[in-house]
Amino acid sequence: MRFFIDVINGLRIAFGALRANKLRAGLTALGIVIGVMTVIMMVVIVLGLNKALRSQLDFLGAETVFVSRWDWMSNNWRDMIKRRDMRVDYIEALREESEYVEAISPFYDREMTVTYRGSSLSRVNVQGVSEEFFITNPKELAEGRIFTEQEVSRNAHVAVIGQDVARSLFPEESPIGKTIKLNGWDFEVIGMSTPFGKVFGQSWDNFAVVPYGAFQKRFSGRWADLTIVAKSVEGGHLDDMKWEVEGIMRRLRKLDPRQANDFGLNTQSAILEQFDQMTAAVYAGGIIIGFISLLVGGIGIMNIMLVSVTERTAEIGLRKALGAKNWNISWQFLVESAVICAIGGIFGVAMAAGLSKAINNFLPTYMPMWIVGVGVIFSGVVGIIFGLYPAMKAARLSPIEALRSD
Amino acid sequence: MNGERRPMIEIRELRKIYDLGAVKVEALAGVNVNILENDYVAIMGPSGSGKSTLMNLIGCLDTATSGEYFLAGERVAGLSDKQLAEIRNRRIGFVFQTFNLLPRASALQNVELPLVYAGESPSERRRRAREALEAVGLGDRMKHKPNEMSGGQRQRVAIARALVTNPAIILADEPTGNLDSKTGNEIMLLLETIYEKGNTIILVTHEEDIARHAHRIVRLRDGLIESDEVIHRAA
Repeated sequence: MRFFIDVINGLRIAFGALRANKLRAGLTALGIVIGVMTVIMMVVIVLGLNKALRSQLDFLGAETVFVSRWDWMSNNWRDMIKRRDMRVDYIEALREESEYVEAISPFYDREMTVTYRGSSLSRVNVQGVSEEFFITNPKELAEGRIFTEQEVSRNAHVAVIGQDVARSLFPEESPIGKTIKLNGWDFEVIGMSTPFGKVFGQSWDNFAVVPYGAFQKRFSGRWADLTIVAKSVEGGHLDDMKWEVEGIMRRLRKLDPRQANDFGLNTQSAILEQFDQMTAAVYAGGIIIGFISLLVGGIGIMNIMLVSVTERTAEIGLRKALGAKNWNISWQFLVESAVICAIGGIFGVAMAAGLSKAINNFLPTYMPMWIVGVGVIFSGVVGIIFGLYPAMKAARLSPIEALRSD
Repeated sequence: MNGERRPMIEIRELRKIYDLGAVKVEALAGVNVNILENDYVAIMGPSGSGKSTLMNLIGCLDTATSGEYFLAGERVAGLSDKQLAEIRNRRIGFVFQTFNLLPRASALQNVELPLVYAGESPSERRRRAREALEAVGLGDRMKHKPNEMSGGQRQRVAIARALVTNPAIILADEPTGNLDSKTGNEIMLLLETIYEKGNTIILVTHEEDIARHAHRIVRLRDGLIESDEVIHRAA
């Protein structure tokens, strides 16, 4: 009870002093505001990128490996460009020989213009796959159906389209059964996917999926670059499958044991790992920047608190004469400094929240609730740390000296 | 007359030496004085006489170099900062020349302050501060801030603040020094009524007229008591 009363009193005195010096307290807190805002923005952006990337990579599938000429994680383009092309007949071999492959599909893609009657949409990502692609990378359909094995084997001109394509070409009618033109070739729309949304400001609904045979026949030129998409059987066998596929691929590519792989085995987790390494670096950088700005803010606090102690020497003397113990005095100044910083923290968090919302359109941000508490508490702690020395200085003043300074 | 009264203050051979590095200044050179309960003593002396030093020691704002000091039977010499703070809080009511009120706080809040440090509950503080303000005739000024009050009213607030903890002694340091003579007289009359209610008052002043309000004058010179006389006032 006694302690509680002391805490309340300390807060009341501190708030009184702050109210008397609003501008100064505000300017002092500004350092903390900026510091907290910087730290939170770093965290919010990293978390946002992380979340966006994860949701984006989700469609790659957690149990899927992408076999390609390209190592997604490498930037050694000069070596990779010399590699031989992937071949569709690898798929049969992989399907036959692997125990862990549940489904496997070729994957080609290319940007092209899609038209329907008068309207057209450019830069649509057209993908050539087999029906098993809908197992390796499941799509939820809003309407219609996916294509069948028969349609794939007879190179049928059918397409499953994304929401953007549907909306811009068929704003008022169902696209199912309509014939659209992909780079001038007729394709019948048989299915429409549900929306994925935007990632990094770019829509992920701007696609059309067609049987790979038709893709090869109509659109393959020297641009065509085959990726083989394989999904492992249920039960966490991605690594088993990866290892198995690697062996089969090395044989198919006739690599001798001393040669390195001339193909990439790309997985979502590998991308995420690399991304996590990168974000760890960004985090570390953010924490350092944050600490520096909070240090600067804290020094500002210490400076102003020292001024405040000097200005209020007479008040301190009076309080001591009336029976304030040293800890009463230091508590008063500590609370004041902590309150200035915590208020700065609140403003910093609020500004970060606003800024995070504002930039969310072009840079994904994610601000969890816990960060609000951490931001405010952390800035209060900065206030306590940097208020410690001024508070101790105030407490050590002799009451006589302090009274005399009046 | 004072046969049955207990000594409120007993001071034995009190010395205070200020070490200024190159020189040592003996501000008090062995002072002996007793102040009884419900005494009204003026301490006088020119500057440099040790008057302020003695006041600081009596007020427990400072500690003596040697000697003994008992306040209401409690040995004060050699106590720690914390213990001195407690004694100042419970035993001593200060009245300063410059009033020393907190400018942003109301009269009531100013009077509550010693009770804040005594750890009283807010309702108890409020009740006792009200009583003290009413006792000094400021029942209608409780919400006023110091800058909304006259000098005399401010000093009354300070006196109420000194009284609010029911201290053993009221220590008034030049209480009229910043007041005109009419207001000063009013304040001295107030101190007189407080004295009549049974309080012990120690008045530090260099003004003979003010000192005459007390019933005993202790004069200091060069760190020693020069004279100690009881005044018989024409009532």
